[in-house]
Amino acid sequence: MSLNTKPVPAPATPARQVPAPKRTFSFRDRWADSAFNIAAVTILTASIIAVVYPLYFIVIASISDPNAVYEGKVWLFPSGVTLEGYQRIFADSRIWNGLGNTVVYTVLGTAISVTTILFGAYALSRKDMPGRKILMLLFVITMFFDGGLITKYLVVRDLGMLDTVWAVVLPGAVGVWNLIIARSFFEHTIPGELREAAQMDGANDFTFFFRMVLPLSKPLIMLMVMVHVVAHWNSFFDALIFLNDDTKYPLQLVLRNILIQSDVSSAGTTGGDIESYAAAQRIGELTKYAMIVVSSLPLMIALPFMQKHFTKGTMIGAVKS
Amino acid sequence: MSRIAAGTTPAPPPAAPNRSTQRATHRKPLPLRLKRAARAWQLYVLLLPSLIYIAVFKYWPMYGVQIAFRNYNPVDGFTDSPWVGLAHFVRFVNSYQFGQVVGNTLWIAVLGLVVAFPIPIILALLVNQLQSERFKKFTQTVLYSPAFISTVVVVGIMFVLLSPRSGLVNNAIQLAGGEPVFFMGSAEWFRPIYVISDVWQNAGFAMIVYLAALSGIDPALHDAAKVDGASKLQRIRHIDLPGIMPVITVLFILAIGNLLNVGFEKALLMQTNLNLPTSEIIQTYVYHAGLQQAQFSYSAAIGLFNSVLNLVLLLVFNTIARRANQATLW
Repeated sequence: MSLNTKPVPAPATPARQVPAPKRTFSFRDRWADSAFNIAAVTILTASIIAVVYPLYFIVIASISDPNAVYEGKVWLFPSGVTLEGYQRIFADSRIWNGLGNTVVYTVLGTAISVTTILFGAYALSRKDMPGRKILMLLFVITMFFDGGLITKYLVVRDLGMLDTVWAVVLPGAVGVWNLIIARSFFEHTIPGELREAAQMDGANDFTFFFRMVLPLSKPLIMLMVMVHVVAHWNSFFDALIFLNDDTKYPLQLVLRNILIQSDVSSAGTTGGDIESYAAAQRIGELTKYAMIVVSSLPLMIALPFMQKHFTKGTMIGAVKS
Repeated sequence: MSRIAAGTTPAPPPAAPNRSTQRATHRKPLPLRLKRAARAWQLYVLLLPSLIYIAVFKYWPMYGVQIAFRNYNPVDGFTDSPWVGLAHFVRFVNSYQFGQVVGNTLWIAVLGLVVAFPIPIILALLVNQLQSERFKKFTQTVLYSPAFISTVVVVGIMFVLLSPRSGLVNNAIQLAGGEPVFFMGSAEWFRPIYVISDVWQNAGFAMIVYLAALSGIDPALHDAAKVDGASKLQRIRHIDLPGIMPVITVLFILAIGNLLNVGFEKALLMQTNLNLPTSEIIQTYVYHAGLQQAQFSYSAAIGLFNSVLNLVLLLVFNTIARRANQATLW
């Protein structure tokens, strides 16, 4: 507490403070700070290991001999390298089918969401739009109260969207939080003078939005595209409740059925005896490791590239309004 | 985040001209206001898709919530199904699952707040103090990366690493001479695994917001404190922590507002028949009763119970924050 007010009383006793205590201060200071530095680096290094090791283990387990993994011989390095897990995945039509569906849902869903959000957020960012406050309120209310899972399901059913692409891409299309971020981006990066000048030159709201605002909003568009690509790539729940036809399942739902519902039959159990059953099961485990790697790899590779934009996005959200 | 926090305090300057224009519009006759709205028609066209979206996928379901007080049947729909009042709520409160399901939900929610909420703050304070920019960047990137792994895969990772036969964790336990534990099939382990995996996946991402707030703190404060001989720990306590307090408060209130909604998908994925006594939370119960057993009205009532409880918590904590003169949501 006293530290906050220190700058004020400090000059009152300059003579006493300067000569003697300086050495003790710096000594104690250095000791405490280096202890702190060591503690900080230790804690953070431990956290990094805790995050990385499980992922690293999965990667090495995915290319190791399943028996070695089973017997607990794989810790730091792969043993008895095999690519069988990956071969099995690439031979599995469910995975390819799921991947294809996910790509369709991701592209379509992202296009719909980003367009709707950019359009809506720009309109809401215009302070001269009559009724702006009430309209904004309509959106904000939905952040704090919603009709719940069951009524959402019934609405989608009544719309006849069950088992269609629309059930996956439409019900979650516009996140109000994203709308607010986009709105504050427009409010802070599109100067009112620019619009006045454009209007002077005869531009209407459409031409101004498409010709001036959108080209100036590339960072925002990048952010919105990435947020939605990641969300669609990773989502499974809407597909779980709205899709029955398993040829329409996205990758994550296929993964869930194999990874979590422990679909052992997928490993190709044919032999009747326990030996071959156990072997098949081990191969099944191997396939799971490989599956985790394959499904997470695209986003992990894209991460360093995306991080810059996501951090920027946090900043956009943090701009004062 | 701090945008919300900031929005409440510096109101006067921008509000002043706003208010005068508002007064002006109020004084203007209706035809003139309509004319002005008509001139902005292109803006309304841009807004239209979003409005249709919330009307169909937010307000229509909200309107449909009345089935919680009815016996829904597809023929009569939301509005004409027979009215039964609070019958579904009474049935839920009296059901034997009520205590268990509500208790499980609160357990997970409270553990999340007590354990998972402070960790990103601590991490951000530590990372912020690092001297090496490269180590700082590296730490951020690594800690943040699990947020991009899907919930399905994270739960899949749990199942393979915690597998009683071949999992990494049980191999280590056996190496140390212990007995293998069937983690995913045990009610006692559900909560620890749930919370630990939550921290593992999300703490790094949540940390970014706090780091952004920390970078906004005036370095002069730190310099002044250094001159006065303050140690790093003291500077964290007296400069950094108060500096990001508004952000912490807002995020805390938001976390409260979502208290009973978070982690539903993960809980659902983690459920096995054996851990149901601790893993069945309100929302998974709604899913099972509603969508799997088609008891639409009953489960809609439970969902409504959940939403209302949530809203009440949010209002209460926002009021407390306002009384305490902290940043608030509105």
